[in-house]
Amino acid sequence: MTPVLEAEGLGRRYGRQWALRDCTLALPGGQVIGLVGPNGAGKTTLLSLAVGLLRPTEGEVRVLGRRPRSPGTVAEVGFVAQDKPLYRNLTVAETLRMGAWLNPGWDAPGARDRITRIGLPMDQKVGKLSGGQRSQLALTVALSKRPKLLLLDEPVADLDPIARRDFLRTLMSEVAESGVTVVLSSHLLADVEKTCEFLVLLATSHVQLADDTETLLSQHRMVTGPRADAQSLFSAHTVVQADYAERQATLLVRGRAPINDPMWTVRPVSLEELALAYMSTSLPQEVAA
Amino acid sequence: MIDFQLDDRSGVATYLQLAQQVRHALRLGLLEPGDKLPTAKEVVAKLAINPNTVLKAYRELEREGLLVVRQGSGTFVRTSLAPRDQAELVELQQRLTDWVAAARRAGLIDEDIEAMYRAVMRKDTHDTEELHDTRA
Repeated sequence: MTPVLEAEGLGRRYGRQWALRDCTLALPGGQVIGLVGPNGAGKTTLLSLAVGLLRPTEGEVRVLGRRPRSPGTVAEVGFVAQDKPLYRNLTVAETLRMGAWLNPGWDAPGARDRITRIGLPMDQKVGKLSGGQRSQLALTVALSKRPKLLLLDEPVADLDPIARRDFLRTLMSEVAESGVTVVLSSHLLADVEKTCEFLVLLATSHVQLADDTETLLSQHRMVTGPRADAQSLFSAHTVVQADYAERQATLLVRGRAPINDPMWTVRPVSLEELALAYMSTSLPQEVAA
Repeated sequence: MIDFQLDDRSGVATYLQLAQQVRHALRLGLLEPGDKLPTAKEVVAKLAINPNTVLKAYRELEREGLLVVRQGSGTFVRTSLAPRDQAELVELQQRLTDWVAAARRAGLIDEDIEAMYRAVMRKDTHDTEELHDTRA
């Protein structure tokens, strides 16, 4: 199966600053993919390159097997930018009409159904909607063009918990129904843990992790034990993060070799712990640069 | 119909939580053979989780012979889970109570006991896995 998004040595520079560099990725279709990383890690840059809003400084990106700006790709990719750009003076109904004019594959009955399900008044001006309602409307517009790939940049970052839950419910129902591939950038790791099957972690403008979450979780463990024996773990495992107290060491290790020494407490990690560890261990590089 | 709930702080994988809730409902007789389970879409519309998580839980239960997936019509309960043998449960609990009393007499506190329990469970899981590895 061809990847829905492929990057090869992709990089983008603003002035002398690289926002994204050496990005080589192949994202699988039919999944919900979480794109996580600290602010300024390059998430928005990667998504903007994928939809052709930015041109790469180096390397290449292909979406659904084609260049981002080719007409076929534009029709098949839905994108909701972080600020959810909508026309404030249009009503909900007018926004849908505009969607129909601009998109040849527009699903008008589907769009009306979604608006009814969410409970948005058709004659309401977009400017008068709440943040949660605007997000739901932007998602409706993106979904109603029937995309094969939906890219969402921090869709729930500015929403209250209820609006966030409602947004994710709508999104996940849509995934269940149509099987659309979703790439969702977020720094809300708990949401990503529940909704995503594949994780891409960006930090310091580089891809640090890109794999399905189950594989990542099975490869990592948190071990706690005597500091003096810690070295023995380094031979069979990659130590991602190490915290040392006077006599005790807590290590996040990568590797499947069994740890049977009863002095060591071993437990599985959550996706949140894993992501935080990779984000924080890649910080010193940034300081040095 | 079963109403799934999630405990975000339990640390148990979501699909395992769903599978446990089905088994629990079967054991209590809240679900019976022939009952239909909610579709993945119905579950995610409530819990806001990935639909494949629901399918994974159902597949797991299907492998255990508890559910059957009928293409086009849904997922159904195939067999009921017999409630556990009460006498056996009582006896196991009595033995555990005796063991805990012995551990306390030996000076162990609750945390020592929990650490020992976890170590034994871990060893047991590992031994079982090794057994599978040797067979394979």
